[in-house]
Formats: sequence, C-alpha cells, structure tokens
Amino acid sequence: MRIGIDVGGTNTDAVLMDGTTVVSSTKTPTTANVSEGIATALRDVIADSGINAATIDGVMIGTTHFTNAVVERKHLTPTACIRLGLPATVCLPPMVDWPLDLRDLVGGNAHLAHGGHEFDGREISAFEPDEIREIAEKIKAAGLKAIAISSVFSPVNATFEEQSAEIVRSVIPDANITLSSEIGRIGLLERENAAIMNSCLRQLAARTVDGFKAALDELRITSPFYISQNDGTLMNADFAKEYPVLTFASGPTNSMRGAAFLSGLKDAIVVDVGGTTTDIGVLQHGFPRVAALAVEIGGVRTNFRMPDTYSIGLGGGSLIDPHPKSLPHREGGTSLTLDSPSLLVGEGAGGWGEVKVGPRSVGYELTEKALVFGGDVLTATDVIVASASADIGDRDAVSDLDAGLVTAVEARIMEMIAIAVDRMKTSATPVPVIVVGGGSILVTGEIEGASEIIKPDHFPVANAIGAAIAQVGGECDRIFSLAELSRDEALDQAKQEASDRAVNAGAAAASVDIVDVEEVPLAYLPGNATRIMVKAVGDLVGA
Amino acid sequence: MMQSVTLNDTQAIAIGAGILGTGGGGSTYLNRLRLDHELRAQGGAVPVIQADDVPDEALVCAVGGMGAPTVSNEKLQEGQEIKRAVRALEEHLRREVYAVVIGEIGGGNALGPMITALQCGLPVVDGDSMGRAFPELQMDTFMIYGLSPAPFALSDSHGNVAIFTRIGSAQQAEAFARSLTIEMGGSAGLVMPVMSGADMKATIIRDTLSLAKRIGEAVLDCRARSIEPAETVAALCNGTVIFTGKIVDVNRRTVEGFARGRLKISAFDDFDTQMEIDFQNENLIARVGDEALCTVPDLITLVSLDDGEAIGTESLRYGLRVAVLAMPAPKELKTPEALAVVGPRAFGYDVEFCPMAGDLL
Repeated sequence: MRIGIDVGGTNTDAVLMDGTTVVSSTKTPTTANVSEGIATALRDVIADSGINAATIDGVMIGTTHFTNAVVERKHLTPTACIRLGLPATVCLPPMVDWPLDLRDLVGGNAHLAHGGHEFDGREISAFEPDEIREIAEKIKAAGLKAIAISSVFSPVNATFEEQSAEIVRSVIPDANITLSSEIGRIGLLERENAAIMNSCLRQLAARTVDGFKAALDELRITSPFYISQNDGTLMNADFAKEYPVLTFASGPTNSMRGAAFLSGLKDAIVVDVGGTTTDIGVLQHGFPRVAALAVEIGGVRTNFRMPDTYSIGLGGGSLIDPHPKSLPHREGGTSLTLDSPSLLVGEGAGGWGEVKVGPRSVGYELTEKALVFGGDVLTATDVIVASASADIGDRDAVSDLDAGLVTAVEARIMEMIAIAVDRMKTSATPVPVIVVGGGSILVTGEIEGASEIIKPDHFPVANAIGAAIAQVGGECDRIFSLAELSRDEALDQAKQEASDRAVNAGAAAASVDIVDVEEVPLAYLPGNATRIMVKAVGDLVGA
Repeated sequence: MMQSVTLNDTQAIAIGAGILGTGGGGSTYLNRLRLDHELRAQGGAVPVIQADDVPDEALVCAVGGMGAPTVSNEKLQEGQEIKRAVRALEEHLRREVYAVVIGEIGGGNALGPMITALQCGLPVVDGDSMGRAFPELQMDTFMIYGLSPAPFALSDSHGNVAIFTRIGSAQQAEAFARSLTIEMGGSAGLVMPVMSGADMKATIIRDTLSLAKRIGEAVLDCRARSIEPAETVAALCNGTVIFTGKIVDVNRRTVEGFARGRLKISAFDDFDTQMEIDFQNENLIARVGDEALCTVPDLITLVSLDDGEAIGTESLRYGLRVAVLAMPAPKELKTPEALAVVGPRAFGYDVEFCPMAGDLL
C-alpha cells in the first residue's frame, strides 16, 4: 500500500492506494506549517481505511511549497552567484532580469570570473583558480554560504563549474553549492536563475523535508518517503533537500499523471479546475507535454522542462460579474453580492450576454464567502449549485438567482474552457478531455472540440493519486568518445547506467523502461565526442 | 518629434519593433534587457536626432548583431563589441562618427543600436534601412540604392576587431561576415555600412523609431483599457486588419537554410473561410483563396488577439488566436530598384507586387 499526498496552496489531499485501487482519500486545508496539514491528512486517510501504519510501503509527497516560497518571497536564503565566462557575458550580470524585490531579498551578490566554453567546445578563456579563491574569500567575508555557480555552455562541458565548486568548498567547507549544469539547459540567464533559486531554497527544503519526516514519525510510519519531481518521477528525501527547484512543476505533472491513471487514457487533454484557476495540459503517451519556451516562476525566467500548461482565471471561487461593461470603474476589492437587486430579476436590455466569470476569486475562502456556504459573494460554485448541477452547501441560499443569469454563466464557463482546450490542441481533430480537480463541478456541458468528456472517480484528488502512482527514475548524462566505442555500444552503456540508477533508486528491475534518449554531437572536440542523455523509469519495488 | 529614448520608452519600442518585424527579426527580449540595464547604470537617455539634422559631410554608421540566437542566448556579449568596432572604423578612416543608425527596425536589432549610441555618447537617428525585418544584409535601402558595403567591421567579446576595407558586393560581405562570426564564437557585432550624412539622407527610411514607439504605446494603452489592439495598430500604420481567426495549420520545412512554411488561419465563425500566409523567416504573402491580399514588401504581421504582442514565425502553432495586420511598405521599398531585391520575385514567387494604398508613414 502507498499513500500519495498533494500539498497545494489551498488544500492538502491524501489518498491511500492498494495497487491500482483507491482505498480512501481526504482533503484538508493546507496549514502554515505544512507538516501539520500533512499529519492531519495522513491521520484521516489511515483512520478512514482502518489499516495498520506498518503495512504502508511508501509515502509520496507532491508539494508546491517551494514554488510558493519564491512567488510569495518567503523563507529565501541570501545567495551568491559566480559566473565563469569573462570577457564575455559582462553586459548582463547575474540576476539582472529578476524583479527588484526578489533580488534584494536574495542579496544580489554576484561575481564574474574567467572560464566558460564556446559553442564548439573551445575555452572562452582559461580557468583561473586564484580568481575563484579570491571570490570565495569575498563571499565568506559577506557571511554567505549559499552559492550558485554557472559557466557558459556548461551543459556541454561542466568541468569549470566542478573545479570552481571544489575551490569554494576549500574556502567555505559548509558551503551549499548548486551547479547550473546540474539543473538547466542551454540559455545562460535562465539556467543560472534556476541554480540561484535552488541554492536560496535549500535551507527551506531541509526544514520542510525534515518536517515531513517528523509528521510520518509521529504516526509511526516507517516506510521510505519520496518527493515528486517536475517530470513525474520520485526523488528520495535527501535528493529533495539538494534540488528543491526540481519540484517546481510537480503540481500540474501529478494532476495530469493522476488523470491518465484514473481514465486509463494516455493521449488526452487534461482540464484541472481549482478554486481560482483552471490549468489545461496535454497528455502524450501518458506523460505531460513539455513547454518549449521559457517559464517564469515568481517573475524570474527559467528553462526547466516544465509541463506545457495554459491557465485561465476560472475556478470554483471565481467571482461573477453580470455587467462588466456597465460598471467600468468598479474598483477591485468590492464584489457583487446578492444585495445587487438586478441579479434577482430578469435582466431587461441586453440580457446576460456580457456576463464575466473570474479572474478574481475568493480562493481558499470559498467555504466562508460563497452564498451556499453562508457568505455574501456570488461565485461560480453558487451558480452551479443554483443550476442543480451540483449539490453542495445550502441550495436555498441561491434559489432566487435569475435563471437567465445561471444559464449565461454556465455557457460562459464552457466557452472559456472550450477556448482554452482549443489553444492546447495540436490539430483540429477532436480529442478526449479529462476533467479533474476540486472545481470540476463547473464543467456542466459539452466542450467544443472534445471527442468525449471524462470525469473519472476520485477526480478531486487526482493530484494526490498522481503522486501515489509515481515511478522512480534514473539518468545517465555523459560525454562518450565515439572514437573508442561504436555509437550503439555507447547508447547501450548509457541505457545500462540509467537503468542501474533507477534500480538503485528503488525501481523493480523488471519494470524499468527507457523513456528518453537524446544525443548531442559535440563538434570540434577531439575523439568525436557525443553527449548522450538517457532517462529510465520503473515502478517502486513492493508498491 | 522624438528627442530621446529613456527607460520609460523601451517597452513600447520593443513591442512596436516586434510588430514591424513581420514575423522575423528575432526576439527583442535580451536587447531590451541590455538597453534597460545600460540606461539604469548610466542614467539619462539616448539622444534621438532627425535624419535631416545630420550634416551632409558628417560620418554615420549602421550597427547590429550577427549570429545564431541559440549562441547569443548562452554566450552573452561582453557588451562593448559594437562600440569597439565603431571606434576601430573611426581610427581607420581618421574621422569621428556623428551618429548611430538603426539597420533594421523590425525585431531585436531595433534596440541594439541604442545601446551602442549610449556607450559611444552619440545620438541615434530616427529611421532605419528596412522599415521592417528582412533576412539578408543586401535587403536594405542603403545597399539597394548603391551605397558601398565597405569598409565594414566585425568584432567579438575578446576585443578582436576585423575591418574589411574592400568588398565586392553586399552578398560577399554577408558571406565573409558569416564565416568570421563562427570563428568569433557564433555571435559578433557588425558595423555596416559607414556612410556620409548626405548618402544616409538620400537612402534612409525616416521616422521608423518613433513609429515603433507610437505602435507600442498604442498597444500598451489598449491593454490598459482592455481593448483588442489590432485595429488601433493597423490604423497607426495606414494599414488594415485583413483577417482575424485561429491558426489551424502550420506547415514548415527548411530550404537552403531558411525556415520556409505556410500557415492557415480559419475565421472564428466559419472554419472554411481561411487565410493562407507563406513565410520565409518573415511573412511574405497573405491569400484568401487565389487572391493575394498582401505581398512583400508590404508588411504582414500576426498579433495575438488579446494583447497585441507580435507572433514570430518560430512561435506559430495551432490554436493561437490572431489578427493579421497588413500595412503598406514605406515608399522607399516600392521603387523598381527596391522591388528587384525585396519584391515577391526576389523571394521566389511568380507574383506581381500588388501594393496596398498609401505608405507605412
């Protein structure tokens, strides 16, 4: 048995799964101290099923906690950055494209040094150990321990980053160092940004992961626990402490993987309706389609392999604005309520054609502010309850809503979803659409361009299910000299290495599959060098 | 009349340059970041002068960046490359440059010359030699109207500068510059051509920098008022919105190093009403059925329907909601000499240029 947990900004969801069966599930509010919420969810899901904690084989946690820390500018450790590439790259120093408030928080302590490579493998300039030592002394004097190191074209050749790290450690033995080559791809500013964010999140990561562990200990769960990564595979707790940025996109990834699992479909569009936003993504062969362009996190550009999602401001808590054009100067903050008498009577001139849904939302306060929960704000959820498509809260609270308005809102919601779905499609051919997430009740009709609409069982906790079913992966990313090996021998060797790593990480050997192979020939290097990247994934042993 | 470029103007200029890029010209992101960084570091502003303010006998030069975008995104420039090339040409000619000229107002190369102007303490001339974006060095009004490509200079991040003192043609300049750029690490600064004030005034397309800024400001204003910007932008450029709809097909192939392709857009209310646009880095011909509604050198730009951001040909994909802007080319691109170089036939189409009414500005 395994437990999947999804710690979102609003809710912490947990599911207990026996093989492919969902035994029990729960949704609890996320707490300021995330481990408390996790402990509650764990307690609920275990109590609900009546199982013995000792029979749990693994706990998989997906969390947006680190993403939120960057977005909310909380718990970030001041970080220094060393970039190797002089005399090139001076025109745009590290952190130049960060929002000022975030750069101030992180400290903006940046240093340029010689080194780096050209696109064809030549050195831009020679590596200078003394220069790095001097910089390390300055960073030490500034009292910083978190350090990111980037070097031009390090995804092709990382030796200068590695040599620098060694020197920095000799000066600052307990330095927390992130190499850009371990994290990102070609595109210096974006990769460097990711490395800096990783270092500035590590303290929080250590605290948070220890907190997860404490929550498990409290419930006497002794099984190993894992954190889910951007690509839908798991990392163990120690690895998560080292690479918190690799969790940045695990939310949408888990939701899409969960949708694939629940529906049994491998190619489909996934519509995840939350409280404030709806995220639309594409499943290809059971995995999320990856974004081709730079992705911004908290205003900072990065180039992670993130799921390609399109978000619209539509969710269960979305505010309904019946006359957006007639109230052009309404300030944000006020919201339409049932006190506005025109909502109760049939609208005369113009009808409800201009009704607007979102993007403003009551968010996590839905259960206090929505009409059906005794509040005084008209939300999308209220309209859906009024239409009798869903039965939550107090239906009487919305019985007076104008029927024309209800129909118009439902139509508007379906139109918004249809347009967003259409944007994500790669062709005009109709495709299946899987609807998941707590706000799924908003989807009441047909979606244009969808061959079918699937609302699987357990749709509100698809994220947690995605975490629970996650596999473990292993990678090989090495430069092979094809002068000594044939291309096939090199590929075989790389695949073997990746598979071995997946098994070492906990995968059952028989289940390991190679899911990605990428070859990058490196011109102008002696010996016909080629960089080979292979990724293998497999199912956790015993789960 | 535009007097200077400050931090407050760069966003608008970048948006406008994107729209004048007709789908090509490259991203404005890094150059805008560099210009902003330079303006913040140095304070102040880039002085802007009118072409007619430049004395006939003064020396001016057009500048830009050369190389593969993948490389320039990774190996960022040292920053003074183009300035050093300008200074080297001044030494070579034993004359001082009076002002910097923008080679290409469409796309990322619109912003680079302002960085050079700021570093050299020189003004930038309000105008350029394309009024849009084009893929090759000879496709500009300086070359079309017979100015000499030599001398020209190329420079790298290490401080190396190469000056070509004689060159047979703009096409040869393009070939030599390209192979030297590889040796320089895949990206280089280019100064070409160097010319007299009189020659510049005889060949430049005036006021395109202010046009880019006006376009960008109009887009920002529309966004602030939640209005779709396409109609406003088209009107500013004496053009029209010739189609709105959704991209339903993008077909690409690489031919002789150029990204050629064709895209289809369907009207929102009727799938069968379609516009087809042929592109080769830039958008070249827009058709509905057999009728060509707009042909190069007139400008065809796709903008995102909701925010008016230009969509480059590399980012085209199914499902994008777009307005197609058709804008008349500046008159300098519509003479017989110009059409021989930048007309539909120069891009391999057996089609007459059917000009839109009016001029870009």
